Amino acid sequence: MNAPVFYLLALCATAATAMAVTRREMIHAVIYLVLSFFSLALIFFMMGAPLIAALEVLIYAGAIMVLFLFIVMMLEMGAPRVTRGPFLKVWGPGALIASAIFFSTAWLFIAEPGTAAGMAGAFISPRTFGHALYTKYMLAVEAASLLLLFALVGALYLGKRE
Amino acid sequence: MVPLSHILILSGALFLLGVACVAVRRNLLMILIGIEVMINAAGLAFVAGSMRWGAPEGQIFMLFLTTMAASEVSVGLALVVYLHKRKRSVSLDDFSEMRG
Repeated sequence: MNAPVFYLLALCATAATAMAVTRREMIHAVIYLVLSFFSLALIFFMMGAPLIAALEVLIYAGAIMVLFLFIVMMLEMGAPRVTRGPFLKVWGPGALIASAIFFSTAWLFIAEPGTAAGMAGAFISPRTFGHALYTKYMLAVEAASLLLLFALVGALYLGKRE
Repeated sequence: MVPLSHILILSGALFLLGVACVAVRRNLLMILIGIEVMINAAGLAFVAGSMRWGAPEGQIFMLFLTTMAASEVSVGLALVVYLHKRKRSVSLDDFSEMRG
C-alpha cells in the first residue's frame, strides 16, 4: 500500500467527517460526508477491495446521501442560512479536502497504473468475492434480502399512514 | 506499507466522531448521519481484517453492513418524515414527552 497516500486520505476522511458532524446546515453536513465517503472508497481500493470501493461510492455516497438530501429538502426546516464571508472562509475547507482527494487519486493512477493499486498479496478480486458470497454465505444473502423486504414494507407503511 | 494498527486507529477515530455526533446533536437527521458514520467505521475495520489475512470474509461482512445501513436509513428517514408530520419539527427536544 502506498503509505503517504493512505495517510493523506486518512486525514481527509477524518477532517471531512469532523466537518460533517459539526455543521449547522444539514446540506453542508451531507456534502462533507460525501467527501469523507469518497476518501474512504479510495482507502478501500488501496486495501485490495475494489468491489467494496465501488459499492461505497454507489450506495453510500450515491444512494444513501442522496436520500438524505431529498429528505432535507422535503422537510423545509426554516429558511436556509446563506453563508457569507471571505471567499477562503466559505469555500476553503471543502475545496482543500476535495483537492487532496483528487490529488491522491491522480497520484495513485500515475505512480501505480496497475489495477490492484500496489497491494502485495491481499488483493481480492470481485470473482473470488462473488464466489464466496454465493456459495459459502448463501443463507446470509437470503437473510439480507428478507431484511431489505422488511425495510421496504416498513418504510411504505410509515409513509402511508396519516 | 501501512500497519494494521494505523488503519484500526483511523477506524476508531471515525467511530468516535459518529458517537459524538449521536450523543451531542439534537437534530434527528444528524443522529442518523452519526449512525451512518459509525457503521462505515466498523466496515473499515472489517475490510482491514480482510486485507491482513487475505480472506474475503471481511469484505462480505462489509457488504451486509451496507445492506443493513441502507434498510436502517430508509426506515429511519420514513420515521423522521412521520414525526415531522406530527409536530412540524425534527428536533429531539420536541419528542421528549410520553403520553398517558
